[in-house]
Order: sequence, then C-alpha cells, then structure tokens
Amino acid sequence: MDFSISEEQSMLADSVSKFMENDYDFERRQEIAETDDGYSKELWHTFAELGWTAVPFAEDDGGLGGGPVELMLMMEQFGRGLVVEPYLANVVLAGGILRRSANAGQKSQWLTPLIEGNLQAALAFAEPQGRFNIADIKTTAQRDGKGFILSGNKILILNGGGAEILIIPARTSGEQTDEDGITLFAIAADSAGIKRQAYATVDAQQAADMTLSNVKADATAVLGEIGQGFSTLQDVVDEATLAVCAEAVGIMRTMHDKTVEYSKIRVQFGVPIGSFQALQHRMVETLMACEQSRSLLMWAVMLDTADNADTQRAVSAIKYQIGTAGINVAREAVQIHGGMGMTWELDIAHYFKRMTAIDLLFGNADYHLDRYIRLSP
Amino acid sequence: MNVNLTEDEIAFRDEVRKFFAEKYPADLRKKQDEGITLRREDTIRWQKLLYERGWFAVNWPEEYGGTGWTPIQKYLFANEMAAANAPVIVPFGVAMVGPVIYTFGSEEQKQRFLPDILASNVWWCQGYSEPGSGSDLASLKMKADREGDHYVVNGTKTWTTLGHVADWIFCLVRTSSDVARRQEGISFLLIDMSTPGVSVKPIITIEGDHEVNEVHFDNVSVPVENLVGEEGKGWTYGKVLLQHERTNTAGVARSKYRLNSLKKKAAQSIHDAAPLMRDQNFARKVAMVEIELKALEYTDLRTLAAVATGKAPGPESSILKIKGTEVQQSIDALFVEAAGYYALPYVPEQYVIDFPDEERIGYGAETKSSLRYFNNRKATIYAGSNEIQKNIIAKHVLGL
Repeated sequence: MDFSISEEQSMLADSVSKFMENDYDFERRQEIAETDDGYSKELWHTFAELGWTAVPFAEDDGGLGGGPVELMLMMEQFGRGLVVEPYLANVVLAGGILRRSANAGQKSQWLTPLIEGNLQAALAFAEPQGRFNIADIKTTAQRDGKGFILSGNKILILNGGGAEILIIPARTSGEQTDEDGITLFAIAADSAGIKRQAYATVDAQQAADMTLSNVKADATAVLGEIGQGFSTLQDVVDEATLAVCAEAVGIMRTMHDKTVEYSKIRVQFGVPIGSFQALQHRMVETLMACEQSRSLLMWAVMLDTADNADTQRAVSAIKYQIGTAGINVAREAVQIHGGMGMTWELDIAHYFKRMTAIDLLFGNADYHLDRYIRLSP
Repeated sequence: MNVNLTEDEIAFRDEVRKFFAEKYPADLRKKQDEGITLRREDTIRWQKLLYERGWFAVNWPEEYGGTGWTPIQKYLFANEMAAANAPVIVPFGVAMVGPVIYTFGSEEQKQRFLPDILASNVWWCQGYSEPGSGSDLASLKMKADREGDHYVVNGTKTWTTLGHVADWIFCLVRTSSDVARRQEGISFLLIDMSTPGVSVKPIITIEGDHEVNEVHFDNVSVPVENLVGEEGKGWTYGKVLLQHERTNTAGVARSKYRLNSLKKKAAQSIHDAAPLMRDQNFARKVAMVEIELKALEYTDLRTLAAVATGKAPGPESSILKIKGTEVQQSIDALFVEAAGYYALPYVPEQYVIDFPDEERIGYGAETKSSLRYFNNRKATIYAGSNEIQKNIIAKHVLGL
C-alpha cells in the first residue's frame, strides 16, 4: 500500500496546475465560455502539444500510457480552473471507447487525430427515457445488407454540437433495458438523417440532443463485437464518473479555501465574519467533507489501478459522497459568501453550477447509493 | 499509488492473524463475543500476552520497547485485533501517559514508570476534567502547592474512567495562579492512588454501569520527583497527549468489525422475521455509514503515512476524532434499530459469565445494543467534545 505519487505523476500535476495559475484565470475562462464555440480551439491544441490529450492512451496508440492516477491528478486541476475545454468528452468518453474497442484501422482513422487534437468526438450515452441507466436504449440499429440503419433519440451529448465523429450505442437485439444486444457505432456527424440541436449547459459546457432518422452505417462503423458493447460502455462511463469526481474534489477544495479566505476579510458587526463560531464550525464541516472525499477518491483510484472487481462499487461510493457531502460544500460556500455568492461576476457561482452538473452526470447520489448496495457482496 | 499489500505485509498480517487465532484465550473470547464486561484481571492477562509477544506498545519508539512498525503494519495489526474481537487495550497507560513520560520525562521517570506500563503491572487513569472544568479545561482549579520536597495537592477530578481499579493517576494541576494566561501555571503530576487523602467516588452513567468516578484529593502529599518536565508546562504536554488520544479515538478497525457484524446479523432471519437488509431504507443507512467509514479509513491511513514521514499528529487528528466518533455512534444506533423491541428489556444481569441460555431474553446480545448505544453517547463528548475539536480545527487549521 502506497499513497505517494511518482516523479512523473508529480510533474504532470505541476504542469497542469501551473497552466491553470498562469494561463487560465477566471476572467480568461469566462471570456472563452462566452465565445460561440464555448471553448478555445487554440487552447485545445495547446493541451495536445503539452501531451495532455495523450495521457490515458497506450504508447502503441500514440499515447503516454497513463492510468487512473494520472487522470485523477489532471481532472482535479481542471476542476480548480473550471476548464471548459472538452477533455472529458473527447479523451475520457469518446477516447475511452475507441482505445478499448476500435481496431487498428479505426484507431488510425479516429483515435490518432483525437490524440493529436485534430478531431472532435463525443459519446451519446443518454436517452430521454433512460434517466441514469446507460443500458436503457431504445435507439435501434437494424441490419441493412452488410451495414445498419440507426433510428432514435439521444440527449445531453457532451461536445455533441462540435463533434465531427459521434459514438452511438444502439440496440441490435434485446429488450429496452437489456445489457445484451447493445452495439457501439462510430458515425460521422454530418451523415444524412442526423439532426442535432446544440446548446450550452448551465455550467458553460457544450452539449447537444440528437435525432437519428434512418442513418446509414456501414460495417466499418461498428466498434467491437456486435451486441456486446455494454461492458465497454459501462467501463468508460465508470472511468468518466471517477474523472468528474476528481474534478469535483478539486472544485470542493477551491470553494472551501475561497470561503475561508473571504470570511477573514468580510467585515460585519465590526469584525470578520470568520470570527463567528456558527460559521467556523460549518467551514470545519466543509474541510472534513473535502478530506473524506479525497480519501474515497484515492481508494477508488487505487482499486482501479489494481484492476479490482470492486471498482464499480468504489466508483459509486465516491459519486454518492460527491453528490451529498460535496454538494453541501458548494451550498455552504455560496451561503457564507452571502449576496456575493449569488452574483454571475464571482467565480463561486460558477463552481457551484459545475458541482450541480457533476452531481447529475452519470447518476446522482441516490442512484449511486442504490448501485453501491446492489453491488455489495 | 497502489492499494495492494506487499509480500512482507501479507506475511506480517498472516503472522498477526495466527497469533490471535492461537493465543487469544478462549474464555476471554467467549466473554467478548457474548458482551460480558471484562474484569480488571481479564484485561491485564490479555495485555500481558501482547506484551510478551512484543506487540503491546504499538506506537512507542523501539528504544522504549515499542514495535517500530510501519503505519501499514499498525493498520494491519489493528484490523486483525478488531476482527478477532479481542479486548480493547486500556489506553491511559500505554497510549496516554507513556508517550508523555518518554517525550518529556526525566531518565529516572522513564526507568521507573515505562517498564510497568509495558508489562501492565500498573494501571493508570487520567485526571484532566474537574467538576467546574469540562470543555474549558484551562479553568482547572486542582492545586499543587510546593512545600519543600513535595507538593500538597487539593481538589477534585471527575469522569475518571476506571479510576476505581487504577493504581496511579496522571493529573493536570495548578502550580501557580499568578499567570498572564490561564494555560500557564499548569503542571503535569503523577500521583499514586494509594496515597493518603485520595478517595474515589463512583458515578453511575446513563446505561447503569460503574465506569467513571470522581476522585478527591485532600491534602495529598506528592513527591516533587513525580512532576513531569518543567513546572508550568503541563498544558503543552497535555495537548500532545490529547492529540495522541484523538488519533486513537477514531477506532476505525473496531467500527469495521462492528459494521460487518451488524451486516451479518441483518442478513439473517432472526425471530422468524424477514432479514432486515432486504429493507431498502435500512440497507441505505448501512451503506451510508459504510461509505463514511471507508473514507475515514483512508483519512486515517493518510494521517499515519504523514506521521511516518516524521510529522507529529497535528490538529488534523481532530478530524479523525470527530468523524470516528460520529461513525461509532451511527453504528450503535443501527444495532438498536436492528434489535427492534429487543433493544428495550433492561436486563444487565444477562451479561455475566455463564448466564443460562434458556433464560436469556433476545437473540445473542440484542438487549445490550441499547446499553452500548446509551454508553457511547460519551464518544462525542470525551477527549475534548466534538465542538471543541471544531474550535481547534477552525483556529489551527483554518486560521480563523
């Protein structure tokens, strides 16, 4: 058992941390978020040049061979910086499917340019009726000669508006919520029959809903085995869940620190509000929530490194923690900032909105508590 | 970062497991498993077995007879000891006064007191709180006036756990009241309980047991060589002790054992009822505690790892105290909930050795669940109440 990180890991964390400090302050972030794209294409290329988009991929695929620890360290810093660039959508979600399921030809077609920062991709993991159940898929893929014809609806496709390639789980057999019978397709976003409605989300991320009407996919669009896509989809969504939990841990700590600092300078009744015991004890609670969440995150990440079967359960444990204790940290930060915490001008409000989104993404606290119980031995 | 044990750590864990399987006496195991209160001689017998194996003073430096274990070894040892449901080590000697003596005491004091603490020859108790000084410990009034080669001690200590079976007491006493800060003028004094003028009065607590006491000191003569360190520095020494006490009070391993016992019990059909774990509301409460406990386990490990790099347990240990006791109390409450109506009969006489099974009310120690729950409400009050811990964190960690 070892809690320390390697020198390489420490260097990676430092490089992301320094970038956030020097090149990605809150004002810059807001300027970027308000552009038409909603993120900076220029910075996305910088991310690629710095090697960040290559981190979780195998060296044979042109990646750096990083694992969950590297991902955790980066996402935590992205959380501190409130990064709007589509790292989760491209690298963790779409990239996660491609590195697990794509064959050599598909990798050179899609994964290589993705790693180089030259291809925008997205994973359509949600449907309108499915709520948080990723196996609830009504979108159908029917045989059409050697290819398939896809029809159905997908929602909240992160990076879905700007994506050039869409990874679409569709049902080739089975009932609506069966895990069997789900096939993963990679389809060009400009294919005939695809209609996308793009929007910004409350936390300044970019997403899209999509209708598929008789969209043709040839055999080379299939990623992995026909009908066997669920376990890959689940692994990728679990990895993404862990990634947003790491992001949340970074956000929570930032909100806590900023709140403590604010309470030292905000004077009411002639004294700093941080001198009030009623507020002190609440800030101690938020500190403890930060520490307990970091501990669970480390547990889940280390289990993942060991490729342990308990990983899914650990992911649900940390996601539950973020959705309860983590959300409380965010709410307390706004409350203790008072009216200022309510303003668009202050970063606290935007951290709060990102935490709200993270709680819902990939299943909220209730969903993950019940999943944790279901997975308990 | 990785969560796997090394081969050496696995070998160590197996060695400890073997020790508990072979050396933990069957009669003590039976008492523990049936919820029977241990007698003084039971505890001493068990502690001596650990001492003989060299595993009693887990946290002491090797030069004083400690183990020299890594944090992971300590963690594994605590887990195995809890998993065997072995008796809790009485902390007042080995975990509290011992570290103060080897850190601040004279060579003569080390030689005089440490070997008897190690061998459990002398039973210690703690004299901190007073009737008028609880959370505001620095207001303590018990006086020690220097007269030649001894102090004359007058005053009262309270909440003295197991004071009625103890041989010695370590006390915070006021040696000077002419000070700028109340924390000055306090000294750390070791007192033989058999000294004339020391009297012990029982306090019966909420669950009906005699565990704590009031200890009165009436012109008690204490030799000056029983002063630890410098006169007036007792508050500093006492704080170091409290930080050790707080890491110990997290009780992660014990809580893991108890939560597992609860889950096993709730998975069975008892009294022909459906297993409680099938009730989703109950299952959720169990899961919530289990997740909090897992987080605490890793917070504890992270603290241990930091201590191993040479840092003393700092104010962060207050987090362990707060979260540890909250988890304990949540588990206590779930045991009561699991027992249902069987938590209500007040039948403490059932928890003596050889109580006939046919006369027992409830399954196993069900009727003890409420007594444990009542008794352990103390956990968030003792060792500096959890509110005091929050004050400490606010001041020393957050800088408020």
